[in-house]
Amino acid sequence: MIDPLSVFLLLLSASTPILFAALGELVVERAGVLNLGVEGMMITGALAGFAVAHATGNPFAGFVAAAVAGAAISTLFAALTQAFLANQVASGLALTLFGLGLAAMFGKPFEGVKAPPMPAGPLGINWIVWLGLLAVPAIWWFLTRSRRGLILRGVGENHEAAHALGYDVRLTRLAAIAFGGAMAGIGGAFISIATVLQWTEGMTAGAGWIALAIVVFSNWTAVGVLAGAWLFGGVTVLQLRLQAAGVNVPVQLLSMAPYLATIIVLVLISGRQKYSRRAGAAAPGSLGQNFHALR
Amino acid sequence: MKRRTLLAGAAALSALIAAPAMAQDEPLKVGFIYVGPVGDGGWTYQHDLGRQAVEAEYGDRVETTFIESVPEGADAERALTQLALAGNKLIFATSFGFMDPTINVAAKFPDVKFEHATGYKRADNVATYDARFYEGRAVIGTIAGRMTESNKIGYIGSFPIPEVIQGINSSFIHAQKVNPDVEMKVVWAYSWFDPAKEADAAAALLAEGVDVILQHTDSTAPLAKAQEAGAIGFGQASDMAAFAPSPRVASIIDNWAPYYVERVGEVLDGTWESKATWAGIGDGEVEIGEITEAVPAEVKAEAEALRDAIGAGEYHPFTGPLNKADGTAWLAEGETASDEDLQSMNFYVEGITAQIPQ
Repeated sequence: MIDPLSVFLLLLSASTPILFAALGELVVERAGVLNLGVEGMMITGALAGFAVAHATGNPFAGFVAAAVAGAAISTLFAALTQAFLANQVASGLALTLFGLGLAAMFGKPFEGVKAPPMPAGPLGINWIVWLGLLAVPAIWWFLTRSRRGLILRGVGENHEAAHALGYDVRLTRLAAIAFGGAMAGIGGAFISIATVLQWTEGMTAGAGWIALAIVVFSNWTAVGVLAGAWLFGGVTVLQLRLQAAGVNVPVQLLSMAPYLATIIVLVLISGRQKYSRRAGAAAPGSLGQNFHALR
Repeated sequence: MKRRTLLAGAAALSALIAAPAMAQDEPLKVGFIYVGPVGDGGWTYQHDLGRQAVEAEYGDRVETTFIESVPEGADAERALTQLALAGNKLIFATSFGFMDPTINVAAKFPDVKFEHATGYKRADNVATYDARFYEGRAVIGTIAGRMTESNKIGYIGSFPIPEVIQGINSSFIHAQKVNPDVEMKVVWAYSWFDPAKEADAAAALLAEGVDVILQHTDSTAPLAKAQEAGAIGFGQASDMAAFAPSPRVASIIDNWAPYYVERVGEVLDGTWESKATWAGIGDGEVEIGEITEAVPAEVKAEAEALRDAIGAGEYHPFTGPLNKADGTAWLAEGETASDEDLQSMNFYVEGITAQIPQ
């Protein structure tokens, strides 16, 4: 009755914004930084991307601008937490509020104008969706197989030890935060440039918070992030499709499912942690802690 | 002697302080709370145009403030209280979900007047106002019925409340009138404003073969999706002219300005009373935006004739014979629906196969 392929195609596009944002946050958290400003960075990217795409007529230029803008606003968080050692939770929340307000203010002239159409990529799937899918193995490879990725994880697991070994904790974290900002920016721009084709205030509507939940759900792995993004995106798409097909489904139950899954995964993780703490599992050891080199 | 001068001085001083509060030219403070951002290009945007019309009409005699993006629920009570404490004497709460918070806060501020949009609970200092959106829905339903080639019309609903269900029924009745084979598919977004979700909802409808999309959510995202797929849609709450001439082939515009200007004027001259206002096309509160050239001339003429008939009060969109979806009789031949019936509408009319979520 419902063609699974069409559901899958819808799912790919629905999950792309949260996939980008969550992959970025994954790298940030693996470096030991908890940045709750994902929503603020996404909306900044959504506006900057839309503005540039509209001005140049080129959607891809928009995505580049979104990445730059996301990274730029994330340096604010980086400065607060890495240089001034401010509390990461408070700084992250401030970044979200600041980003939403800033975008609302600068977005006024772009209300009511349309984005240029986006050319379809291979197999009729948006280029940015492909980019997101390619980013998953790339980040997996970076985090588990590359030297720099191992250093980044080392910094996140135990920043004192990484520092003692001579790695620059602060620089590593700065780079990770900027990367997270760029990814969140692209995710936000996907909503404004590829999905909605217009700028509206507050258009990310909480996607940044879902991305944060997905990172926890993923147990801090790239493949887990993909699974989480597809679960969240898939449930959204599926419940809408079932409704459109006239199937009487308890919508509330379906909408609840991803959050329930996150809680279950959290319980399972905490259970496993008691018995074994092997590499590649559960939260980075120094997550959310500020680092100050004493020696 | 000294004490007397002091007393006199104090009296003069207190008179000075009190004077501005009693002076006639103290502006009337009017507050608004909005459910979305003023830049949503839809529902909230139209309410804010109404607020601006009040400022333009009365100039220095009024002072308006608004709080935007207020979530429906407990937070609304905080926002309303904040406005009341700030000295606003007339407060407009512009979304259905602000109903109970408005009633609660109004009980605490008996000298502040409240106006609640689209609700049904009133008090001595709480009036309600609403627009007969279903009149506009009848017009665009007619266009939808004529324009669909797949005979499938999609409807993106926000929440299953009477106001939205009226719209679905009215659109369907009039689409079916001009196209007996038409089918209505309904998707609930459970949000008034969530562009990404509205886009997904539109995509789901399009995947079901729908080629005309109606929406009762506030963003332009469904129109963008419709355009990608070569389908058509309608502006909702606001004109959404950026998407004209296609996919936006017409629109329902909420024009709150006349009502806001009138009610603020009544507070200024002291004649304000709590009442329920439900105005439609005839009063200019519901407008049909320009029907574009994407619609054939005869369909446009038909839709405009229907609009004028409704506006003139010659035709009621809910005129019998009409049955409920479960097959029971609702309106007899020639009978029209009462306002009470409409305001508590919780059923689909016969022919809609979807179910209202409970």
